[in-house]
Amino acid sequence: MIPRPLLAALALLVGLLFLGSLLVGPAAVGPLDSLRALLLGGDGPLPLVMREVRLPRAILGLLVGASLGLGGAALQGYLRNPLAEPGLIGVGPSAALGAVVALQTGFALDFSLGLPAAALAGAGVAVALLLLLAGPRGSSMTLILAGIALSALAGALTSLVLNLSPNPFAATEIMFWLMGSLADRSFAHVWVAAPFVAAGAWAMLGLGRGLDALTLGEDAAASLGIALPRLRLRLVLGVAAAVGASTAVAGSVGFVGLVVPHLLRPLVGARPSALLPASALGGAAMVLAADIAVRLVLPGRGLQLGVLTALVGAPLFLHLIFRTRREFR
Amino acid sequence: MRLPAACLLLALAAPAAAPASTPAVTPPARVVSMNLCTDQLAMLLAAPGQLVSVSWLAQDPRSSAMAAEAATYPANRGLAEEVFLRRPDLVLAGTFTARASVGMLRRLGVPVLELPPALSFADARAQIAEVGAALGREAAAAALLARFDAALAAVPPPPATRPTAAIVGESGFAAGPESLSGAVLEAAGFANLLGPMGYETAARLPLEALVMGRPDLLVLPEPWPGWSQAEEFLRHPALAATGAELVLPDRNWVCPTLALFDNLDALVAVRQTLAR
Repeated sequence: MIPRPLLAALALLVGLLFLGSLLVGPAAVGPLDSLRALLLGGDGPLPLVMREVRLPRAILGLLVGASLGLGGAALQGYLRNPLAEPGLIGVGPSAALGAVVALQTGFALDFSLGLPAAALAGAGVAVALLLLLAGPRGSSMTLILAGIALSALAGALTSLVLNLSPNPFAATEIMFWLMGSLADRSFAHVWVAAPFVAAGAWAMLGLGRGLDALTLGEDAAASLGIALPRLRLRLVLGVAAAVGASTAVAGSVGFVGLVVPHLLRPLVGARPSALLPASALGGAAMVLAADIAVRLVLPGRGLQLGVLTALVGAPLFLHLIFRTRREFR
Repeated sequence: MRLPAACLLLALAAPAAAPASTPAVTPPARVVSMNLCTDQLAMLLAAPGQLVSVSWLAQDPRSSAMAAEAATYPANRGLAEEVFLRRPDLVLAGTFTARASVGMLRRLGVPVLELPPALSFADARAQIAEVGAALGREAAAAALLARFDAALAAVPPPPATRPTAAIVGESGFAAGPESLSGAVLEAAGFANLLGPMGYETAARLPLEALVMGRPDLLVLPEPWPGWSQAEEFLRHPALAATGAELVLPDRNWVCPTLALFDNLDALVAVRQTLAR
């Protein structure tokens, strides 16, 4: 049922972009030397750059992108609304708030899982609140208004926490938390995020059958043996774990979960079960591409990932609003 | 290195000596300082009762090498209003601090002496002399300069091949050769990693460039409370695997005072342990 050629093509694209991410950086070294240093090691600082700087960055691009693409596809499938995007409706910003609180209070340093757990809690509260407010059919108006309020509140509280920090640099990093970046991440960040992303992805990929049934309506889905409360719980936990952990290490990157499912939906025949794995790969490709672009377009200027994804995503979002508006008229 | 410094010294000594020989100018009686570095120079040089206020930063033990002494002065936050109400007959300010306040004080007719950041030992010596002259405390300035020169002369000579070092701050902002901390690094017998890269005062180095540069020593700032992404940069495992690390307090080398030599001595001690 899952379109294998599409998934294979997407996997190939992700593979190429992963390779590209490994080969782009301020240290100008030839691609062959770089890969030799990565795989075989050797003397000098190059293996260190490849293995400790570029490899974790590329892996995180993969994890963060897959989380966001999958989160967007799962939320949109459940709410049957193409505007449900984790970053836009406040899930990412709430996860960032959880992460910032954990880091500034020292909670994240006391327990090794403190940081992802706090981000997960932030994201989980946001998803649960949105599902509660938007209702089972996910009306666009309520969803977007609730999302705007939640984003604004989480963003403001994040700024407040950073402004209150005794650390003079914290307040200058509001942009990182609200826009996201993968610059100078290490394997420590990969180990923090990977287990939660894996668990969240497993939870969301398992939603396929339920979301397919839900396209027929709640009653039809229930009659097909889908337990909606369990589906909902699995969705909340899956989105919270994957998006929460990604945000904890890379900040809140918007629009990935909007653009990717939108582009791939026609290619999978609008079936949520097929859209989920395709969006995971598509999201990874988009974030890896954006992370390559921030290093090529303005090297050394600290361009944030979310700037690029918003430049692509915001016009599309407006287009979608315009279309939904016509449909609901 | 010593010879040009000595020439500069002679050139600087001439104008500094000039006001001393014309005692017609009465020294200021109420001096307000509103910059961390002028605060410290004024505290070192002013006569008892001459300095009436220092900036709040001078009282912050993290930023100021003279926080304990600064605590005995009333603090100001660099606002023109509060400075003016202290009726100063001389205000000391930095060229980068509180521009609006300095402009307003000038319009109100208050004499303001502005000092740019010192970028070298020659700058440091010139500023000690300049503040001494402005306060009418040439003798105190000469005494401080004598201690400064004695400390500089006591620094052991550099080795034949200098180990490389980088003074790396939060987010990778590193000090270049044309900076006060860069001058201290060079005097301690190190080659600044940024020198061959073509940077002068400071640069934001990408993590990869730092690792590829393979400095023998990374000089890092003291950690701040709370958490920041900027400091996370300094804890990156690739950096830790690059070279030896030494944490030195920034407060010792932002201003032209004798605290410079605390960091210099620490650097010399580490340089002598680095096998090369």
